[in-house]
Amino acid sequence: MMLEAKNVHKRFDGQDVLKGIDLQVEKGDVVAILGPSGSGKTTFLRCLNFLERADRGELVFDGERFDLHAANHADIARVRKKTAFVFQNYNLFLNKTVLQNVTLGLTVAGKMKKTEANEIAFAALRRVGMENKLDSYPSQLSGGQQQRVAIARGLASSPEIIYFDEPTSALDPELIGEVLAVMRQLAEDGMTMLVVTHEMDFARNVSNKVLFMADGSVVESGPSKAFFENPQAARSRDFIRSILEARQYDLSVTFA
Amino acid sequence: MDERLWNILVDSFPQLLGYGVRVTIPLTLISFALALVIAVIVALIQYADVKVLRQICRFYIWIVRGTPLLVQLYIVFFGLPSVGVVLDAFLAAVLVLGFNEGAYMAETVRGALESVSRGQMEAGYCVGMNYLQIMTHVVLPQAFRTAFPALGNSMIGMLKETSMAATITVMEMFRQAQVINGRVYESLALYGEVALIYLLFCTVLTWLQRLGEKRLSAYGGKKA
Ligand SMILES: Nc1ncnc2c1ncn2[C@@H]1O[C@H](COP(=O)(O)OP(=O)(O)OP(=O)(O)O)[C@@H](O)[C@H]1O
Ligand SMILES: [Mg+2]
Repeated sequence: MMLEAKNVHKRFDGQDVLKGIDLQVEKGDVVAILGPSGSGKTTFLRCLNFLERADRGELVFDGERFDLHAANHADIARVRKKTAFVFQNYNLFLNKTVLQNVTLGLTVAGKMKKTEANEIAFAALRRVGMENKLDSYPSQLSGGQQQRVAIARGLASSPEIIYFDEPTSALDPELIGEVLAVMRQLAEDGMTMLVVTHEMDFARNVSNKVLFMADGSVVESGPSKAFFENPQAARSRDFIRSILEARQYDLSVTFA
Repeated sequence: MDERLWNILVDSFPQLLGYGVRVTIPLTLISFALALVIAVIVALIQYADVKVLRQICRFYIWIVRGTPLLVQLYIVFFGLPSVGVVLDAFLAAVLVLGFNEGAYMAETVRGALESVSRGQMEAGYCVGMNYLQIMTHVVLPQAFRTAFPALGNSMIGMLKETSMAATITVMEMFRQAQVINGRVYESLALYGEVALIYLLFCTVLTWLQRLGEKRLSAYGGKKA
């Protein structure tokens, strides 16, 4: 087991947002985290990277144990070194060029030489198809391009796992494809990924595992194929049905 | 214009300009530097939400913004000696102008810091940077650019406010105009002349401000 989260709890203003989430990830897994809005998907992902302090919970990463509530600075730094995070709204550094966005963590946090960092960044940007925009600023890019740069920024530190929080939700429909294509390629290259998404095709065809959450609990988890073809819990069935209905509605609107 | 008046203006001009360059401008620059340091510290304390210090900052801003500059000058220069604190007039002017404008500029800088999305801070943490590194490389540069026009206005305002230092005996440009006028009794001409020199200084500052804004023009041309 590469990564294991155990019994993750989080309260916001007296409201239990996470009520004991468990998750197991093997190297090379692509886990889709699904669930209705407000079920705690984002919070869970953020707790794993200490962007949010869990009230309780444990993380086992490469055999090393971390207390998700009480971890100290050194622990947090060690976990973050092995991970990358891709945000819904990219969060690129707006005062930095594309190349600088990718190198900044390497040169400033990793004390790497500029030439070396540039090489790594260039390779990462090539992987996401953004090697022709090195000197552009984020404001000069489309949302899809910004998100691809954000993915390259994550790749640059050679993480063992990448967390994605709805990476395509802020994008115009015609830009979603280019980001999903990059993610699909990463998955094929064997990258371990944890992806909160509403993209059912991605969950179904790219991810190999699903974690379905509702109201701060795991309702169902297991292989994607089984989840979509033969969901066990009633809530899972409802969720899949509602997604399919929404899509049919979309199609009928599109072709009306 | 009669010849006497003309001679007065011609003679006084270099004197006034001299005081402007030797006193008014240094007074402005030194006070502004002090104000900027105070503003950045106070804004950072509030931005980072440092508990007790934060209260002290709010208190400082409340006092300064709720009392007139002239009264502050009088308290520091004429009032403090009675409790044993005797300050040189120029120093008193620097301190009062700096602390006064610093309170206003702190709000400018704080607003500029808060206009930088917190998501960039989180992204910085995720690529391994610490708070200080993120502030230095990401947040402060963006905040500085946002704050620049307002800070420029503060400096221009300050340049004019230095004339109040005349009331606490600082021999600056306006005080010199008063002195000359005491000899020749040509208030309209002399104060008009000194106004023109202030106007000249402010125009140059405005021009520099525009130039600076252009050089700092938003990353990639578009306002972020
Ligand atoms: N910082 C916060 N302070 C207070 N409440 C919060 C905070 N962040 C999240 N919550 C609450 O926690 C619950 C779970 O939020 P979360 O963002 O994790 O859900 P989600 O599953 O990601 O939803 P979505 O699909 O809409 O992104 C929600 O009720 C939300 O209002
Ligand atoms: Mg979310």
